[in-house]
Amino acid sequence: MHELGIVFYIIRDVKAVAAENHVEHVSTVVMDIGEVSTVVPHLLTDCWRWAADKEELLKGCELKCNIIPAVTWCDDCKQEYETVKHGKTCPHCHSGNTWLLRGNEVEIKELVVSS
Amino acid sequence: MDEVKIIEIKKSVFADNEKDADALRAELKKKKVFLLNLMSAPGSGKTTTLIQLINRIKGRLRLAVMEADIDGDVDAHKIREATGVPSIQLHTGGMCHLDAEMTRQGLDNLDLDNLDLVILENVGNLVCPAEFDTGSCANAMILSVPEGDDKPLKYPLMFTVCDVVLINKIDVLPYFDFNMEKCKRYIQLRNPEAQIFPLSAKTGKGVEEFAEWLLDQISEC
Repeated sequence: MHELGIVFYIIRDVKAVAAENHVEHVSTVVMDIGEVSTVVPHLLTDCWRWAADKEELLKGCELKCNIIPAVTWCDDCKQEYETVKHGKTCPHCHSGNTWLLRGNEVEIKELVVSS
Repeated sequence: MDEVKIIEIKKSVFADNEKDADALRAELKKKKVFLLNLMSAPGSGKTTTLIQLINRIKGRLRLAVMEADIDGDVDAHKIREATGVPSIQLHTGGMCHLDAEMTRQGLDNLDLDNLDLVILENVGNLVCPAEFDTGSCANAMILSVPEGDDKPLKYPLMFTVCDVVLINKIDVLPYFDFNMEKCKRYIQLRNPEAQIFPLSAKTGKGVEEFAEWLLDQISEC
């Protein structure tokens, strides 16, 4: 349900970059979305369609989401594992002394633009 | 045909907000104002807990409240009537959370030179407010007994960002299958540093302990 708020943030950032680079129209915004970022990609693209079409700069602009798989690091046995499968507890040594390496991204990767 | 090109950005959507939040925190520290961000699901008793808390501490420091909701101003009125402290209502205009910029706009309406503590009652929601740093000095959240002891497992980020978790409505514990020990264990699993205070905003039980903790935080800040 917070995807619309995030879309407003993306639009603000994209507008700033577009102004800096004298861009007239943005045709694609590519996002890196982590698997455990709590952002639901299809809701993000739904909200994007509604909000982006209200902006001259972003009319018809597509939002593409690259999904970044979540990986956790275990500080005790020094191994990586898939976060979504095993959560906070390391499947190798059962330690809880673990932290997320990647998979929490909500990043604007690049824009495809015309000027 | 227009020239098409790719501009690489590689920037977190939250980066600007985090910068704003850090700047706001630094300013508040300079002014010696402590900002407490209170979060929870709708109906967990944020406003009632605040009234209990404020009536215990208002004689010891100068404070004000900012109520954030999507619409309406019932909470700001309720706080003002029940405690007499200044209280303003912020509207998020459909947004499900407050960010640092909106928090700053709210603070602009308060007399910060004559305040020690500002309590921000965030929008009732366990997801979005956890993602957006408001610039607060401490984050508190309320989990109420009827919501269930499993919430720390379902909304991990909220419990990770909180300095203190208040388990509210303990007066109705006999009527719910709520396991207090299990709940505390789940919270600690997400956040070993979190302080946990079981309380009842209705009867006032346990509120004193939370009030003392908060006053300690303010004097240390």
